[in-house]
Amino acid sequence: MKALSEKLKVSLGGTSGPFGSRRMKTGWWGTEWPKVDLEKCTGCRLCEMYCPEPCIWIQDVDRKRKAVVDYDYCKGCGICSVVCPVGAITMEVKEMYKV
Amino acid sequence: MKTYFGPGHGACPGCGLAIAAKTVINALEGRCFVVNPTGCLEIISSQYDRSAWGVPYIHSLFENAASVASGIEVALKVLGRKDEGHVVVLAGDGATADIGIGCLSGMFDRGHNVLYVCLDNEAYQNTGNQQSGLTPTGANTTTTPAGKLQPGKLQRKKNMPEIAVAHGAPYVATASVAYVPDLTRKVKRAVEFEGSKYLQVHCPCVTGWGISGRDVIPLARLAVETGLYPLVEWENGAVVRVMKIREKKPVEEYLKPQARFRHLFTHPKGKEVIGLIQRIADENIRRYNLLMGAG
Amino acid sequence: MVVQVVRGFYAVAYAVKLCRPNVVCAYPITPQTEIVERLAEMYANGELKDCEYITAESEFGAASILVGAAAAGARTFTATCSQGLILMSEVLWNAAGLRLPIVLVVTNRAMSAPLSIWNDQQDSMLMRDAGIPQVYVENLQEAHDVIPQAFKVAEDRRVMLPFMVCMDGYKLTHAYEPIDVLSQEVVDGFLPRYNPPVYMTTKNPLTFGSYAPPHCYMELRVALQNAMTRAKEVISETCREWAKTVGRDWGGHLVEYFTEDAEVVAVAMGSLVGLVRDVVDEMRSRGRRVGLVKLRTLRPFPVEEVRRALRSANKVIVFERSVSFGYEGPVAIELKGALYRSGNTPEVYSIAVGLGGRDVPRALIVDCINKVIEGRIREGFHFEGVKPFEEVLAP
Repeated sequence: MKALSEKLKVSLGGTSGPFGSRRMKTGWWGTEWPKVDLEKCTGCRLCEMYCPEPCIWIQDVDRKRKAVVDYDYCKGCGICSVVCPVGAITMEVKEMYKV
Repeated sequence: MKTYFGPGHGACPGCGLAIAAKTVINALEGRCFVVNPTGCLEIISSQYDRSAWGVPYIHSLFENAASVASGIEVALKVLGRKDEGHVVVLAGDGATADIGIGCLSGMFDRGHNVLYVCLDNEAYQNTGNQQSGLTPTGANTTTTPAGKLQPGKLQRKKNMPEIAVAHGAPYVATASVAYVPDLTRKVKRAVEFEGSKYLQVHCPCVTGWGISGRDVIPLARLAVETGLYPLVEWENGAVVRVMKIREKKPVEEYLKPQARFRHLFTHPKGKEVIGLIQRIADENIRRYNLLMGAG
Repeated sequence: MVVQVVRGFYAVAYAVKLCRPNVVCAYPITPQTEIVERLAEMYANGELKDCEYITAESEFGAASILVGAAAAGARTFTATCSQGLILMSEVLWNAAGLRLPIVLVVTNRAMSAPLSIWNDQQDSMLMRDAGIPQVYVENLQEAHDVIPQAFKVAEDRRVMLPFMVCMDGYKLTHAYEPIDVLSQEVVDGFLPRYNPPVYMTTKNPLTFGSYAPPHCYMELRVALQNAMTRAKEVISETCREWAKTVGRDWGGHLVEYFTEDAEVVAVAMGSLVGLVRDVVDEMRSRGRRVGLVKLRTLRPFPVEEVRRALRSANKVIVFERSVSFGYEGPVAIELKGALYRSGNTPEVYSIAVGLGGRDVPRALIVDCINKVIEGRIREGFHFEGVKPFEEVLAP
């Protein structure tokens, strides 16, 4: 929340700069988050291609290319777990929802 | 980690539009100008000071995306800036087939060098699932509801790709978020052509269709495998490629998991409508030669 | 100085050419069609450099094309009126909010139904609230001169709004008048290249046309009002600059003619002004203390100027070329609003004449003014020049 004393910037015609949405951390939306089994992951990039956000990226992990989730944005839709061809991704209920 | 769209946008978890928009923009490596009419994509991605776009983007009105894109294309030509990028429209099915069809026809007619991508989630989803010209037969929408007498929408889905072909568009294709690499290939192929290209992408809508995020990709694949959403490519008016169906599935398999079609399994006229939907699928298969091993 | 007898549409088209537009969009509607036809001829002959001429599929399409082009950094122009103006009104409102300086000539024509291709000012009245400056011209020289000023005001960084130049359809568009035709050098010296502060480019990817929830929509609209407020000063400034450059001073927001001691002041906009001025001259020569206010700028409305012009009037006659049905003439409504609590509350007579191209003979103007002076007409709204008729349910 902006402090009331901070003035709102009103740009000409209401134009916005790029990627302001990245301030919106949508990771809190879902009840589940994907967990990547780094052993099974082959770094095929299918999860990266199908993620709607996108918030899953193939990155260098211990000198191998593996899927890493950006939990700041993950809404828990489960698409990555469905498209993974080797079943390396499972959807797990978030800690805060566990009984 | 490079993406020119998102994250942080407000799309529903599992939104098909988001997958398609991201794929199109990234396939062009951000070298594009996006024109986006009013609709879900615009609402979730272009809030003031919260834009999800890393490419030049304009939202004008609901029905004029094709015209605005035409104007940008012309301006870039006149100002000697054509090489900055491709002009791309990302429009919903309502904005394309209904309210915007006049402007779209004008754009095709003038042959502007624009890639027009219709993100087909099969209704006016942003306002709560009202029927559009691209809503398929049998669908329960708030303006074609399944009631005691009416079993959902009875008209057919407008054949927009063939309308584009009839306008002389040099490259026309249908695609689906079910097959993202195929979509990427089609985007890259489309921009090799000079002129107005039309690409219609099937995008499941979790909220409007009544499915869960996990159903999105399997269901989109079923739409193709039943023959209800044929994936066809036309170049210069002739069909050049289709995605063949390995194993044909009956339409019930596609319809049953979706809340918008579930009434067909209990409504008195439901069986008749399912029969009609199966005939539509069979017609598509015949027309575009979709079965593996055929033709 | 090159004096040529030209038709109105040519005066406009030629002035537009001199302003070096980048994108001209055309859709035909009587009586502006000849403007875009002349521009098409110039384009076909290679006379419009760095310009594309697009034939749109509707006025709505035409305006939308210009939105895209202006957003990408091009100087844009179109012309329309009546049904075309109302059809593209959605886009013009959008362009005002997007702050795109599209210049538009409105060849004032009556609104349907019933269908009329002839002149009145009903069409431009419906755009008053959009946040688009409107200027009404009296004759062909003024139309010719206002075009470069329109681009200059619209593209001024303090303004950045679409701009409407209103000229009476047929009465001005198709009239023959001798005008001093501007030269390219003069216009080049007066009107700089279009240089928007922001535009669509991959080098600086911005998002245009955001969706603004309640927490910020209002501020964006206040910004629009601020732009209109600044436009008022920019219009006057540009008019003065034009006077210095070319030697013709069109008078800013309004021109007062014998108003200092006038008991009765007539107010008019557009081509009717010429006729009323002539009547005023004649009546003055016979001792009647009448005056005239030629209102040029309808938006942003020149409140101070109107108050000053009417400060000593006892009676004000507004010759309207449009009606706000259910109330009275829109110009009188605006005027009365401006006079509220200004220290002078003259009697205001709102007289609608010449709707749908109905001829306004000199005798009618004289008669109206005499009726007012002699108190033979009650204050308020009247139609004048109407034939006796009876309303029937079926023909």
